[in-house]
Amino acid sequence: MSRIPEDLRFTKTHEWVRVLPGGVVEVGITDHAQDALGDVVFVEAPEPGRRVAAGESYGVVESVKAASDLYSPVAGEVTAVNGELASAPERINQDAYGAGWIARIRPDDAASVSELLSPADYRRLLESGGG
Amino acid sequence: MGRETPLFELHRALGARIVHFGGWSMPLHYGSQVEEHHAVRRAAGVFDVSHMGIVDVSGPDARALLETLLANDVGKLKSAGQALYSCMLEGSGGVVDDLIVYFLGPEPGFRVVVNGATRDGDLAWMRGHAAGRRVEIAERTDLALLAVQGPVARDRVATLLAGLSGPDEAETALRLERFQGLPIGRWFVARTGYTGEDGFEVMMPAAEAERAWRQLNALGVKSCGLGARDTLRLEAGLNLYGEDMDRSTHPYESGLGWTVALAPLTRHFVGRAALEAIVREGSPRKLVGLVLEGRGVLRAHQKVVAPGAGAGTVTSGTFSPTLQRSIALARVPADAGARVQVDIRGQALDARVVEPPFVRHGRSLLS
Repeated sequence: MSRIPEDLRFTKTHEWVRVLPGGVVEVGITDHAQDALGDVVFVEAPEPGRRVAAGESYGVVESVKAASDLYSPVAGEVTAVNGELASAPERINQDAYGAGWIARIRPDDAASVSELLSPADYRRLLESGGG
Repeated sequence: MGRETPLFELHRALGARIVHFGGWSMPLHYGSQVEEHHAVRRAAGVFDVSHMGIVDVSGPDARALLETLLANDVGKLKSAGQALYSCMLEGSGGVVDDLIVYFLGPEPGFRVVVNGATRDGDLAWMRGHAAGRRVEIAERTDLALLAVQGPVARDRVATLLAGLSGPDEAETALRLERFQGLPIGRWFVARTGYTGEDGFEVMMPAAEAERAWRQLNALGVKSCGLGARDTLRLEAGLNLYGEDMDRSTHPYESGLGWTVALAPLTRHFVGRAALEAIVREGSPRKLVGLVLEGRGVLRAHQKVVAPGAGAGTVTSGTFSPTLQRSIALARVPADAGARVQVDIRGQALDARVVEPPFVRHGRSLLS
């Protein structure tokens, strides 16, 4: 069973969301997602400053196996991207919830995060074969 | 669920991610496809390729049958142990399969190794053409096939043979020349492969395969799955049947013209007339290598635009772990130049046209 940290929120498209002090959220793909993709070799992340809608495809993760779209969990403005992934995309495989973070987004509505899947919801999604 | 090789339970025990491939349940990787790839380029890896079909063709008419069935000329195989890579064609020139044929000697005849996804069709095709000939076609489902590949692969297999059989057997294996294969003890050891590295392909009784695999692991040979096999073969510029060629394409538009033996003119083989017409008129398409100039990953079915020449298609593409950039094989118009654009999710990205292979013996061949 893949790892599902208790302090994060999740989406049906296998992104995770961490609320940072100050309200900006950090996002990435889940342990389940990186495991299914296999070795990540390339990440196309959005430019800082870009406005994204909830559920909008704003980037791509390419593994040796396939290309997979990244969907923004919330509406807001991209404030930062993880520059280390350009030279070390394998961070996503090694540490999906830490060094493998993909972008930081300032949500338009801080409450939108609480509408995302809880760890228990996400675990149920995986167990029901929603992966 | 697909068919399983004799090593299926071992793969599960080793933590393999299992995928469906050509009707078979096979290991994709055992943790990291990229690490497995590097292990083969730098040391040695072992692959279970028992899904491939091993077919023994014997009897007085065995040679005549293969002369008819294969576009390359088994007449080149004069002494026991020699091997030949060939396409088997339809009358139209389309590729039924690509295979390796080993000459075991006049009495045992020939051993043919065909692709896993096509083995049932190949057997039916061969038997259809064997009607009325004094030939026996036997599928060797009793054997497992391990590919041990990498710069130290031969040494590791020799160590294994020395322990199992003796120093003479190990010495015989080490003396095999490239593309040569011989029975050694109960095994058949061939210096062939699909990775662009030196190494052996070893056929053995299925019951011995798990022990051999574990002993190879103990000697530092890494378990490798089909994922690494695909990136390795693509770097080596080797076609994959079903992706880079199939029944709808002929050898001259598949980078396989070198495997067609039109001489001697007296040898009539299935597809010959169609190939002769293609040679007369010239093939309008060719298979080339592509190197993506920027970031991104080339994938099968992406559209290729060759300025002034027309459009083509990526037949197989990947991210090359050795080159740290994306490479592909693509079928393009014959007069395509040195630069093309590939449509990757709506963006036209520049790619350079090169002649495969991209990597040989661990080294980049890109200028």
